[in-house]
Amino acid sequence: MPGFWQDPIGFIANLLHSLLIGWGLPAAVVDVILSVLGAGALAMGAMLFVIFLIWYERKLLGRIQDRLGPNRVGPFGIFQSFADMFKIFTKETITPQGADVIPYNLAPILAVAAVLLVWAVIPFGVNIMGANLSVGVLFVLAAGGFGELAIMLAGWGSNNKYALMGGFRAVAMLVSYEVPMVLALLVPVLLANSLNLNDIVRAQTVPFLFTAPVAAIVFFITQVAESGRAPFDVVEAESEIVAGFNVEYSGLKFGMFYVAEFLHAFTVSMLFATLFLSGWRGPGAEQIPLLGVLYLMIKTFLVYFIIILFRGSLPRFRIDQMLNLNWKVLTPLALVAFFMTALFDKSLAQLGVVGNDLGAQVIRTLVLLVVNGIILWLGERWLSQATRPVRRDVRLTKPAVVDRYPGAK
Amino acid sequence: MSPFQIIFLIVAGLTLASAGMVVTARRMMHAALWLVLTLLGVAVLFATLEASFFTAVQVVVYIGAIAILIIFAVMLTRLNLQEDEPGVNRFAWLAGLVSLLIFAGLVAVLSLWTGFNTVRPTFAGEDIIALGKAMVSANGYAIPFEVASVLLIGALIGAIYVAGEPRKPASKPESK
Amino acid sequence: MIPLSWYLIFAALLFCVGLFGVMARRNAVAVLMSIELMLNAVNVNLLAFWRYLYPDVQAQIFVVIVLAAAAAEAVIGLALIISVYRRRKTVFADDLTLLKG
Repeated sequence: MPGFWQDPIGFIANLLHSLLIGWGLPAAVVDVILSVLGAGALAMGAMLFVIFLIWYERKLLGRIQDRLGPNRVGPFGIFQSFADMFKIFTKETITPQGADVIPYNLAPILAVAAVLLVWAVIPFGVNIMGANLSVGVLFVLAAGGFGELAIMLAGWGSNNKYALMGGFRAVAMLVSYEVPMVLALLVPVLLANSLNLNDIVRAQTVPFLFTAPVAAIVFFITQVAESGRAPFDVVEAESEIVAGFNVEYSGLKFGMFYVAEFLHAFTVSMLFATLFLSGWRGPGAEQIPLLGVLYLMIKTFLVYFIIILFRGSLPRFRIDQMLNLNWKVLTPLALVAFFMTALFDKSLAQLGVVGNDLGAQVIRTLVLLVVNGIILWLGERWLSQATRPVRRDVRLTKPAVVDRYPGAK
Repeated sequence: MSPFQIIFLIVAGLTLASAGMVVTARRMMHAALWLVLTLLGVAVLFATLEASFFTAVQVVVYIGAIAILIIFAVMLTRLNLQEDEPGVNRFAWLAGLVSLLIFAGLVAVLSLWTGFNTVRPTFAGEDIIALGKAMVSANGYAIPFEVASVLLIGALIGAIYVAGEPRKPASKPESK
Repeated sequence: MIPLSWYLIFAALLFCVGLFGVMARRNAVAVLMSIELMLNAVNVNLLAFWRYLYPDVQAQIFVVIVLAAAAAEAVIGLALIISVYRRRKTVFADDLTLLKG
């Protein structure tokens, strides 16, 4: 039996296993029960964590906006999220007349489920993982697809043309932003030679942020867009389209969408930390996996902090500006970064600079850093005109003379 | 009945029931949602076949893209009058008969095949790296891969052209 | 525990349900959805054979090509349906009778 510090999940699993077998249950049922318990514990942990996240974001946004943030309910306002939770639980859920019952009720569940699914494949420590899938990165993409479906269902099921239009816009934006996201996601996969997230973390003796900065930037921007955060707020712009696709939701169903949005931002930060900031790696994380969890949380909060800074300081993009940015800047950047990384990484492997030791990795990092710098410089020169504001030509013209009485003299 | 068989029967039954709802639902939006459930069921069946790559690809491509495209098309071609009319045409009974006959014929011919009841062999595991290498190596399947990408680009450009906005002829500006 | 026959019968059944949809449905988008059902049945069949009889990379390539072809065909089919709807304001396959002799 492994010790607790070396393998916490294995230790607890063995304990429960022997306990349940001692109660007389057959082994197959015990396995199923343990899996369900594990999944439930992870999901509960994520949902309970959101309470802290909401408080953190509101305090930070308040400070950015030169105010205090919630500070009445408990010291420093830490019980504010609980107060909000009680309010949302006890609000009346009003179902609009003519709403399609099944899509309307399914949408918030799918939205939260799509985000929680990603937590199953993220490695929290050396052997603390939900499911060690060999296609972890593809699984993350699949979960993103479910989120889009949820928004579609919400927009349709509300029987409200603003919700429908909001849903259309949201899904159009989300599907467009998947293209550079997938390309940027492929770069760490290329550098680590595996789709498994734990392998990608293990391959980062030098964090991939330095080896593939262009891919990191593109991935970060597209993931902020995919979770519908500012400045890509069009999905639920409070001042434009009322609340977009969730205008007809109240009470706990709206609470689910709210939770899904915050959790999505945090999950995005965790993904970025795993893929580009070397995840759970740090001094001593291999021997004591719980230290790995600590390191991952520190890195995740760093990225989450930056995302909140984005929200507090940048104005919202228009939908055509967003699509311009996506197709004319991010996609070419991601494509070129992918090609160049593949070219130089495999050439270096041919020259013999291969292996997981620090020396080879540093050489690879320096070469790819130079390449990425060139890509960024060229990108700034050639692609920046796509995001320049287009001025309409409003020269002063004399109004056309309309002959009201043709034929009169 | 082992648990695996029970799971297979439940998933297969759910998928077939959703497929039945796809072909008989009156309102198109419901048919599209049942299609999403069917595609999900097929993805789960891929997982029971230990093809993890295709499970993920099925969800990403079919549900994440094609199903959303179909939902968009349903919403863009909606006429309120059509929701009350039956979804199948006059010859539905004939179509049902033909499908039933074809199914019976398929099962009859297949059951005569000796390999029909083979048991699941042990399996080294799915090798994604071999799949990737086969797709791009010159004496592998690089040509079908490239042809498929040309097909997709052709479909992309064709769809943009066919379904794009009708172009108005440019009018000459008045000037005096 | 699960013989190959179960997967083959399931795929045949899914294929025939799709076939019924193609022949009997009035709405053209519903016909396209039924075509997707048929293509999925083909994929299930291919992967069942791959798992049970030929664990080679050939079958997987076949499935990838079928998937790509299905995506391309759904895109073009839906673009055509939307274009026809714009001009003729109908989406029922029975009403498109311009070429009828």
